[in-house]
Amino acid sequence: MSTTTEHVEHAAAEAHGHHDEHSSHKPTSYYVNVALILAALTALETSTYWIDFGPFFMPALLIMMAIKFVMVVSLFMHLKFDNKIFSWLFYSGLVLAVLVYCAFLACFQFFSS
Amino acid sequence: MADIAVHAPDTGDHGHDDHGGHDDHGAHHTSTGLSNNKMAMWMFLGSECLLFGGLISTYMLYRGRHSENLGPDQIYDIPFTSVSSFVLLMSSLTMVLAVSAAAQDDDRNTNLWLTVTALLGATFVGGQVYEFTSFYQEGLGFTTSLFSSSFYTLTGFHGVHVTVGVIMLLATVGMVRRNRIPGQKSEVVELVGLYWHFVDIVWIIIFTLVYLIPS
Repeated sequence: MSTTTEHVEHAAAEAHGHHDEHSSHKPTSYYVNVALILAALTALETSTYWIDFGPFFMPALLIMMAIKFVMVVSLFMHLKFDNKIFSWLFYSGLVLAVLVYCAFLACFQFFSS
Repeated sequence: MADIAVHAPDTGDHGHDDHGGHDDHGAHHTSTGLSNNKMAMWMFLGSECLLFGGLISTYMLYRGRHSENLGPDQIYDIPFTSVSSFVLLMSSLTMVLAVSAAAQDDDRNTNLWLTVTALLGATFVGGQVYEFTSFYQEGLGFTTSLFSSSFYTLTGFHGVHVTVGVIMLLATVGMVRRNRIPGQKSEVVELVGLYWHFVDIVWIIIFTLVYLIPS
């Protein structure tokens, strides 16, 4: 019967996307590697202050910013391994913020004399 | 099936046993099967995106509204801010190591990494105070221009968030040390970690949009 109990509990956890918490936690070396990549990207970003990237300057900066953002949210905040509801809660706020303020900035652009 | 009944949590109120009660193992019995605290934290962070979105877009709007010699291109110290950014980024690493240690019930390493994170955060705030002081001495006050007002408001709000984070970290260290954390210890550390990583990702955006992209 205890096997049945374990099976039911496991199935319930799976149904809720509630995996074993320890499975989302990686070894220290994994986090150190992620941090090294983030540090390298920061160094690359900072280098744009001294090195002329020409027309690639702005896109390169924005892409590196987006990569760093997604890496921290997905890997350090464990959103990649966690339940999708958390992703929805966070990214809906983020997308709403971006849309509202794009509209806000566009209004100032259109209506400024 | 009798075993299942034995393992079910006895909340004493069978009509409400799926609304936030804990069983012996600390698992959550909510309508979603997920931790309400964690869900509230993610919702809070989603709403914080709107706050910082507003502050960043206001800065973007007014960053060109300044006098000849007190604009972003003249006043920012990029090498200094880069070091500050690096410090905050590394604090995210130490924070995730604290969360990892807490998940393994390793109190010693949890406290160690939380303390290191708090120190790195305090270093970042110290750097921001130094930066603000040097800007002020160069003549850039809060009301000098629309640029300065929006800059100080944005980075000041972020600095306050980091300071609150440092206080939360130190409070968590004290609570872990005295074993006074109610409920699951690993979840509390994880929630503090989520907040801390959020202030880091906000800085990732501020560093690029405010400091690195010229006006």
